[in-house]
Amino acid sequence: MTTTSTGPLVLPAPDGADLAVRVRGLHRCYGETRAVDGVDLDVIRGEVLALLGPNGAGKTTTTEILEGYRRRDSGDVSVLDHDPAHATGAWRSRIGIVLQSAGDLGDLSVEESVTHFAGYYPSPREVGEVIEAVGLAEKRTTKGADLSGGQRRRLDVALGIVGRPELLFLDEPTTGFDPEARREFWELIRFLKGEGTTILLTTHYLEEAEVLADRVAVIARGRVIACDVPSRLGGRDESLATVIWREGDVVHRTQTHEPTREVAALSSRLGGEVPGLAVHRPSLEDIYISLIGDDNQDAS
Amino acid sequence: MTSVTATSAAVKLPGAISLGRRRVSIELKQFFRDRQSAVFNFLLPVLLMVIFGSVFGGQRLGNTDITFAQYFVAGMIASGVLYTSFQNLAIAIPLERDDGTLKRIQGTPMPKLAYFVGKIGLVFVAYVAQVTLLIIVGKLFYKLVLPSGAQWFTFLWASVLGLIACTLAGIAFSVVPKNGKGAPAIVSPIVLVLQFTSGVFFQYDQLPEWMQKFSALFPLKWLTQAMRSVFLPPEAAAFEVTGSFELAKCAAVLLAWAIGGLILSLVFFRWNKRGQD
Repeated sequence: MTTTSTGPLVLPAPDGADLAVRVRGLHRCYGETRAVDGVDLDVIRGEVLALLGPNGAGKTTTTEILEGYRRRDSGDVSVLDHDPAHATGAWRSRIGIVLQSAGDLGDLSVEESVTHFAGYYPSPREVGEVIEAVGLAEKRTTKGADLSGGQRRRLDVALGIVGRPELLFLDEPTTGFDPEARREFWELIRFLKGEGTTILLTTHYLEEAEVLADRVAVIARGRVIACDVPSRLGGRDESLATVIWREGDVVHRTQTHEPTREVAALSSRLGGEVPGLAVHRPSLEDIYISLIGDDNQDAS
Repeated sequence: MTSVTATSAAVKLPGAISLGRRRVSIELKQFFRDRQSAVFNFLLPVLLMVIFGSVFGGQRLGNTDITFAQYFVAGMIASGVLYTSFQNLAIAIPLERDDGTLKRIQGTPMPKLAYFVGKIGLVFVAYVAQVTLLIIVGKLFYKLVLPSGAQWFTFLWASVLGLIACTLAGIAFSVVPKNGKGAPAIVSPIVLVLQFTSGVFFQYDQLPEWMQKFSALFPLKWLTQAMRSVFLPPEAAAFEVTGSFELAKCAAVLLAWAIGGLILSLVFFRWNKRGQD
């Protein structure tokens, strides 16, 4: 149990990779509960790493230890070559944090809030540009309390990036966004990544992880049980493909490791075009659910 | 791994004092825009003065021609110290701990000292504005006689010492309410009880002895007493329990509360909600 976090499902960062975050053997208990139970995690400089996991799996505790909010019981943690348990102002100026729901800043306008927080940093982004980038240009004089849930979230993001962070923590940033706003947000993340920002993204939306993340780490029962590029996570690229086709009124489906051969055989048997042909690989969500399920069975 | 730290070494961070100034201005904006805090901490003493002044203002102190309005203004200004510092902070800080304000600023390079500089600045500005309003209302409606000469000096040190003591007490007390929502229900009764027992609403020397002994443990009684020496003529000392305003003792008690409040704040102040560290 204790050594499984370095098992075959977890792809470690390549040797010599420039790491923004390095975690080894992280533990944290709350009373009898082992919230974090041996997390190993690397975030490579410049990448977007999505951290997935069910509620209560240890995501928040892990990220809040990395952000310097919570203490750890044991383990080695390095965030931008610094131990977050001993946070300094200089270190804090290099990271940006977008926390889950907050209800503050209700009496200040968007512009006042962003301007105020920009003042905390040694070389902040231009306030107008940040407000524009998060899509709040039309709301710059609106008070925080009068913003919609999604707009509020954008303000949180604005305050997280105004200091020009090297490493950005995003904790479920798109909760409450409509699909269009989510897509705009994805553009913003791509822009930040393009500028070289390293991003650790916690999300419940697997589609979001698939679209944005260079690598995905799945955390369950306090440890990282899988970490890889989205297309290979949990052996996704090697798992069985499902081939679906129709013959007359009957829909057939078969699972195979060789979908190309299967389709070619079908094509020659049915004489050319295969009616209703579809080939599916498991989605990231399928893989995720099976990973979480496996882990729960292991434990019981 | 080592090469990446090089860029950060030369960074010049904004200092605690300049950020403290920024915090003061943001605190003031939030204080006066939030209707609840503006009414509860700022306007309430003025309202109380108008009500009590209208009911009892014309009464005289003993056989003198000192009006009760004069006596009451001293108490209301002393209360103003308590409202703008203790009540304000002991309610606002738990709310800020709950709504994410403290967590958000903790995640920035802002020096923590700047937060307290902001709070202290807010308290002082709010108090000065409130006293000005109280004096104007007193002068316009209740023929308030303004202090003169050395009385202004007493007014100054009593205000500053009282604000420091009650600000620190408020910061320390901010760990007591379990959450922000429940804070007013704990803090306001304390302020109200202290006002009733410290000679704000009633003449102090006519209160039961046990009540006098109780309130003498807390700063408001001494602050009120010092303010009476400011707003009442010297002969009014006859209406004090000991026949004197005991200014040295007032200063000593306020100082003791300031030191105690500082120690308690340093030991017990918390940025995180319970169970979130």
